[in-house]
Amino acid sequence: MTTTDNNNVLLRVEHLVKHFPITRSKMLIFSQQVGAVHAVDDISFSLIKGETLGLVGESGCGKSTTGRTILQLHRPTSGHVYFEGKDLAVMQGEELRKMRRRMQMVFQDPYASLNPRMTVGEIIGEPLIVHDLASPKEAEERVQDLLKLVGLNPSFSNRYPHEFSGGQRQRIGVARALALQPAMIVCDEPISALDVSIQAQVVNLLEDLQTEFNLTYLFIAHDLSMIRHISTRVAVMYLGVIVELADRNELYAHPLHPYTQALLSAVPIPDPVAEEKRKRIILQGDVPSPVNPPSGCRFRTRCPLATAICSEARPEFREVSPNHWVACHLV
Amino acid sequence: MADILNVEGLETQFRTQDGIVHAVNGVSFRLKEGETLGIVGESGCGKSVTMMSMMRLIPSPPGKVVAGRAMYQGKDLLKLSNDEIRDIRGSEISIIFQDPMTSFNPVLTVGRQVAEPLEIHMGMSQKQAYERAAEMLSMVGIPNAKERLSDYPHQFSGGMRQRAMIAMALVCTPQILIADEPTTALDVTIQAQIVDLVKRLREELGMAMIWITHDLGIISGLAHRVAVMYAGYKIEEAPVKDLYANPQHPYTIGLLSSLPRLDESSRRRLASIDGIPPILYERPNYCPFAPRCRFVHERCWQENPPLIEVGPDHYAACWVQPETGRYRE
Repeated sequence: MTTTDNNNVLLRVEHLVKHFPITRSKMLIFSQQVGAVHAVDDISFSLIKGETLGLVGESGCGKSTTGRTILQLHRPTSGHVYFEGKDLAVMQGEELRKMRRRMQMVFQDPYASLNPRMTVGEIIGEPLIVHDLASPKEAEERVQDLLKLVGLNPSFSNRYPHEFSGGQRQRIGVARALALQPAMIVCDEPISALDVSIQAQVVNLLEDLQTEFNLTYLFIAHDLSMIRHISTRVAVMYLGVIVELADRNELYAHPLHPYTQALLSAVPIPDPVAEEKRKRIILQGDVPSPVNPPSGCRFRTRCPLATAICSEARPEFREVSPNHWVACHLV
Repeated sequence: MADILNVEGLETQFRTQDGIVHAVNGVSFRLKEGETLGIVGESGCGKSVTMMSMMRLIPSPPGKVVAGRAMYQGKDLLKLSNDEIRDIRGSEISIIFQDPMTSFNPVLTVGRQVAEPLEIHMGMSQKQAYERAAEMLSMVGIPNAKERLSDYPHQFSGGMRQRAMIAMALVCTPQILIADEPTTALDVTIQAQIVDLVKRLREELGMAMIWITHDLGIISGLAHRVAVMYAGYKIEEAPVKDLYANPQHPYTIGLLSSLPRLDESSRRRLASIDGIPPILYERPNYCPFAPRCRFVHERCWQENPPLIEVGPDHYAACWVQPETGRYRE
């Protein structure tokens, strides 16, 4: 949708919707759906080969659900996810399992995402075994290579996850994602659990690997400074919808959506002289509940510029200048 | 301006299965009236333990404050009786904790918890205390404060809970507010709300503040002076502008250059600091940052550097001058 050059498009998401049902049981066994969490509500975007698309937003905006729904870890409520031209949303069973080789994930929590009872070698080698791509012996060799690749000592393969620090564990998570030589990796807040001095280590590693293997990243994060650093293009989400999408420098230099503007103004800069000159747009109130999102524009309840039309119609996500997409009535 | 708080040589240790962990190793700092001091460091550097030690909130055992003084209004906080320190906590020196989810008692109403310090420290009646609590809650921007007094903490959102926490800390108009990563668990737009609020209240009430954080961004617009901690040592301290413009310890330099900036359009490679912070089972006779330092010299392995005055009101614990890579004079 954001580009017409189909040859370079790796992933095309069209009108993706993911609602989680809220059920209540009246009697002991009969449960009835009484509502839905509108986690992702009709979003469309594309990923171009070799790029990093930053998906940014506050907690609960649906950015992680988007990542997981693309990988079919959640099945979409409606919409399409075309990966290398094939629609993952209609795939089932073995066919889908085969596609998973091409798309992997790095998780947020390096403590919870590694099985504490498996050795590092087993963790990294497991994808190769379950996809029948290597014998145990070959897998072992491949594990050594992967450990070296992510900057860990190959002799560590017999150790258990608890013997490693947070940053090292995240490297193990990256090695596991790389084992199947995927085309795309969804990085779901891969650095937010790490200390500042370690974050840069992992980000640099991800950038090096991208160059080496021509990887495509969907990089989910809430840290806007890091998103600017790592992304080619950036999509801003709010309450289940993408409100703005543009090339990274364009988005940060000319944010058009009032939410993007407020979000960017809220990020502190590590420079007291620059901080003195900045003007903050302080948003009032909290993010509304995704169970019962506001009518029309999702942001209208906190938007300093909202007018009557904002509550009546949902703003169209449209291209206002080349490659700069925004969903706002007032732009 | 006069010092309102003067901490000297604070040392705290924890007894663990693996040995004694030296969490705080001789930390000193001063706080002037109306001043905001930022304490920056990564997890495990001892920044929270320093504050907890000073406020006598370290669980003992396993923890123990083994040395130091914390002078507040002519009294050493570390030598006060339990009753005396309890009188100071919450009335003269207040703390806001990091996690707004777990710092409230879930089975007491918000009103009960915000009003409690008034009844205990100010001797107010329950009715007076609840009225004052409602005023305080509306001052921190909680709508319909009066009705919400009877709500339980789970009925508040994260941002509102942190506001209520601030109301609770400020309800007795303390001289000093200690904020221990109060915005780390919050989203960035909510963080901006809270910082805005704290700045306003700081002016109105004229209180001094210690703001503990790992985020060099947030502290730059908030603090007057910043102290950087590493492995239980204060390794650098300077006025805020000086620290960011002219950092003198390799660790501070590393931290600042490992941060991407929102206003940076070029895609430079982030400078990373190799290795991980140490856990100290004994006090090192070398610089604790030496294993990760790119300026490391022979002397760094022989002697742990003390804080050296490297500029006006600017102190750094490093033998080496980072501009030249040679020993300081």
